Amino acid sequence: MIIELTEKQVEWQEQFRAFVDKSIVPYAAQIDKEEILHPAVVAGMRETGYLGSMLPQAYGGLGLDEVSLGVLNEEVGRGCTSTRNLLTVHGMVGLAILRWGTQEQKDQWLPKLARGEIIGAFGLSEPDVGSDAKNIQTTAVEDGDDYVLSGTKKWITMGMIADVFLIFAQFEGKPTAFLVESTRANFTRTPIRGMMGSRGSMLAQLEMDNVRIPKENLVGKLGTGLSHVALSCLDYGRYTVAWGCIGLAQACLEASVAYAKSRQQFGKPIGEFQLIQKMLTEMVVSIKGARLLCYRSGYLKQIGDPDSILETWTAKYASSVMVTKVAGDAVQIHGGNGCHDGYPIERYYRDAKINEIIEGSTQVHEYLIARNLLQTM
Amino acid sequence: MEINAKIRKFLSRFFKKHEIADTDDIFALGFVNSLFAMQLVMFLEKEFGIAVETKDLDFNNFRTIESMIQFVENKQSA
Repeated sequence: MIIELTEKQVEWQEQFRAFVDKSIVPYAAQIDKEEILHPAVVAGMRETGYLGSMLPQAYGGLGLDEVSLGVLNEEVGRGCTSTRNLLTVHGMVGLAILRWGTQEQKDQWLPKLARGEIIGAFGLSEPDVGSDAKNIQTTAVEDGDDYVLSGTKKWITMGMIADVFLIFAQFEGKPTAFLVESTRANFTRTPIRGMMGSRGSMLAQLEMDNVRIPKENLVGKLGTGLSHVALSCLDYGRYTVAWGCIGLAQACLEASVAYAKSRQQFGKPIGEFQLIQKMLTEMVVSIKGARLLCYRSGYLKQIGDPDSILETWTAKYASSVMVTKVAGDAVQIHGGNGCHDGYPIERYYRDAKINEIIEGSTQVHEYLIARNLLQTM
Repeated sequence: MEINAKIRKFLSRFFKKHEIADTDDIFALGFVNSLFAMQLVMFLEKEFGIAVETKDLDFNNFRTIESMIQFVENKQSA
């Protein structure tokens, strides 16, 4: 058993880290404050090819292996949770098309998504439907050569900048996935502002009032929208969110160590006080533990092991709970400075909590992990 | 290991208390959920070197051990 990155993966890690430090970190506070994903950051993600990180080279993507993909999300998450969200939802659309799309859909959409010429977003949640995804209320009906969609989608990450949406709607009572372009008639979007964290995620509420799309925009088969299309997207979503939590926690740790060394109280650095040391120890140990779960998930995904799905649940659960605790301790170590936007810590704390809600809440994870244990052990 | 035995071994993780016959409808046994459906697809792809495509997403391909064997053999010979 070897648990270490390959030389190539280390190269990627160094490249990702340098990019994040240079091209994301300087914008992160502004993105949070203005609630807008800075165009320079999106441009950087496009130019580096990172928007196509999850797609094969055959379609113009980077074709990263699963572990390198995880490390990319870790590093981007270290710099800015909102930017990491872009990688997540954009990738969910591309991977849905790659996995379940027709050859025509792959040829039409994947090169543009891989190059970042267009942005994708995932449209599952609704005003009255979150975890209970089977009961989405958006509908699709057949009309000649078209499907006609009606309904409202809420909390759609990158909804304000996306060009194409993977929309889930009931077709004859069966959840089904469709591609809906933002330019379609009767499709409107409204920004959702005032979020606690991940504030640069360009959230939107989408309204579809008899939006007509061609039948070629069906993804997968009718009725497989949740069971296959959404679940495979969400598997990638959970994987990237889990890694983003590792990066965010790492940012908390690095800031806390630096602060513990420089902040003087009672005539010495606070890092010399044992209660501060205890918090630092708990932070680093819990980060390392969660990171190992992410590595395991990545390895299993790379070899196509069916256990990867539950291991990704486990990694996402552990990482998101961990980062909430770590960010809380980072605030504690920073004291008053941790509560003010002169330091990034309060942003980390707000961003951290969002990870326990998205891609399956902590409680949904607890239910599913336990249910699987009871069924299989 | 033959196809039947490999599928049986995989399913035994989910159907511990049931001895499944080759023609038993696994969807009727009540343990099948979306997670299992995804795991089953991944298992069949990895174990037998096949690609489960959109056109294959027909419950009848996965309903019984017998139908899964038939599905795998058809894919392998295609």
